[in-house]
Amino acid sequence: MRLLPPIPDRLKPAPKRPGTAAPQKPLELVQEAGISAVDWIDERTSLSGGLRWLLFRKVPKGTNWFYTLGSATLFAFLSQAVTGVFLAMYYRPDVAGGAYESVRYITNYAFLGEFVRGMHKWGSSVMVILVFLHMARTFFFGAYKYPRELNWVIGVTLLILTMVMSFTGYLLPFDQRAYWATIVGVNINGTGPLIGPYLSDFLRAGPEFGATTLSRFYAIHMLLVPGLIAALVGAHLYLVAKLGTTAPPWLKAEHKEPELEAKAKA
Amino acid sequence: MNQAEKEQYLREYNILKSQGKPFFPYAVAKDSIMAVFVLVVIIVLSIILGAELGPKADPTTTTYVPRPEWYFFFLFEVLRVVKPPALTPFATIGVPTIAMILLFLLPFYDRSPERRPERRPIATTAGILTIAAMAYLTFLGASAGSPNQVDLKAPKDLHGTALAQFNAGKLVVGQSGCLACHKIGENGNDGPGPELTHVARDVPQNAIAQTLRNPTAPMPSFKRLATQQPQKFKALVFFLGQLK
Ligand code: HEC
Ligand code: HEM
Repeated sequence: MRLLPPIPDRLKPAPKRPGTAAPQKPLELVQEAGISAVDWIDERTSLSGGLRWLLFRKVPKGTNWFYTLGSATLFAFLSQAVTGVFLAMYYRPDVAGGAYESVRYITNYAFLGEFVRGMHKWGSSVMVILVFLHMARTFFFGAYKYPRELNWVIGVTLLILTMVMSFTGYLLPFDQRAYWATIVGVNINGTGPLIGPYLSDFLRAGPEFGATTLSRFYAIHMLLVPGLIAALVGAHLYLVAKLGTTAPPWLKAEHKEPELEAKAKA
Repeated sequence: MNQAEKEQYLREYNILKSQGKPFFPYAVAKDSIMAVFVLVVIIVLSIILGAELGPKADPTTTTYVPRPEWYFFFLFEVLRVVKPPALTPFATIGVPTIAMILLFLLPFYDRSPERRPERRPIATTAGILTIAAMAYLTFLGASAGSPNQVDLKAPKDLHGTALAQFNAGKLVVGQSGCLACHKIGENGNDGPGPELTHVARDVPQNAIAQTLRNPTAPMPSFKRLATQQPQKFKALVFFLGQLK
């Protein structure tokens, strides 16, 4: 097994001098209490090794701002999750008028309602742009090549799921635009070969656009797909931590330093 | 990549990695700055652009032209580029599916060990062309208006109730979003549906009514309009029936 990455010197606590008295000042006591609480948890979970592996692993030199696009996508997703929870507190998936009314209530009456709805609406555009930029970065840097092929495949799945989020969310306000754009969208799915008709029947929950269509879209939008995205992002990030982020393709290792090579092999 | 190339890569990479800095706090700091930037952009967009809510969904008429969210424009535009109806399934599902399969399998057919974009001319050119095509199609979709009015003179031989019927039908066509997909005279978008300026020349009126009730996808069905507002539906069919 490989050794865990070292803790940077700056973060290591200074060793106690022999003969120092037991902590007295309130601040020191609080510090002690904190350390023993962390120790208590670690004794039962052994989490510290994993955290050390995650946080203190090295990132190759030369990584630039393009490498922040993935975490920016993740952040946009988290923002969507938080604003989405607030919207779900008011939203009712009811075709008979409840859905539209609940969105009208959020927009016009709920405290900061339009602001939160706006964040969720425009956040979706931001997330889609970031996913594409992140994908472009990994594409042009050749980051999908050995040994990161699987991470690319997970990434494409995340891209599709992000688009499914947009598609299913668009119907929920249930205004004219939402309704007719979704009808056309579902019909487009229906033209597909073989599974097309089944897919559009599944989305509509039947051959006609009816009452259950909306709750079906709502369940897909707020439970099924976010759950899948969260799980796949977990796998994606595990692989990033395990394999390490790529170095920029222009960087060449200097072979002249046997010391470093030896260190790398260890 | 063969075995030797793989080992060579891993060796190089380990050296580069050992020369790097720990993820925490260096990469985390950059990521946090970026996260704050993303949050500020979302907040500013929300404050400036708000969240509008259109009129309530109404299955009998579309006062709103069916338009997807802007980042789906490029998919919708593919429909407009590929005209013949026989090819519609190809445009709607075929092109995106092929694109997705190509994306999924990318690491398995591009196996060269080279990673610098300027030394992978095919991949880099393909990537840039794809981005350019998507940007162009999105631009086309964004600039295609959302017309909901038909400017068309009634034929001279129409009088009285027939003329009123014609004008009522014209209004319904405008309100029903047909122009998002059809061109009538100078109005509307040329595609994905066929031009309707002269439909009545080769399609009889009852066949038109049949199409509106049971259209071929992606055209939405107007069956609800027919059952709930037969007056409007009749006017609509009459109007289309005069387009000779
Ligand atoms: C989402 C796009 C879309 C909308 C909106 C739409 N159509 Fe269509 N329409 C199509 C497509 C695509 C076809 C071709 C289907 C085929 O050929 O199988 C078509 C076919 C037709 C036809 C048959 C033409 C022929 O030559 O056989 C008529 C008539 C028609 N549409 C009328 C209308 C009217 C009237 C409206 C508005 C009430 C409308 N359409 C709204 C996409 C649309
Ligand atoms: C919900 C969407 C996504 C999230 C939250 C996400 C998140 C991340 C994060 C945080 C990283 C770390 C390195 C970096 O930021 O560049 C990463 C790496 C990576 N991602 Fe994604 N990603 C998503 C979608 C995608 C997509 C659509 C692809 C491509 C099809 C992709 C392919 C990759 C690859 C190949 C790496 C490894 C890059 C390297 O090691 O340099 N990801 N992802």
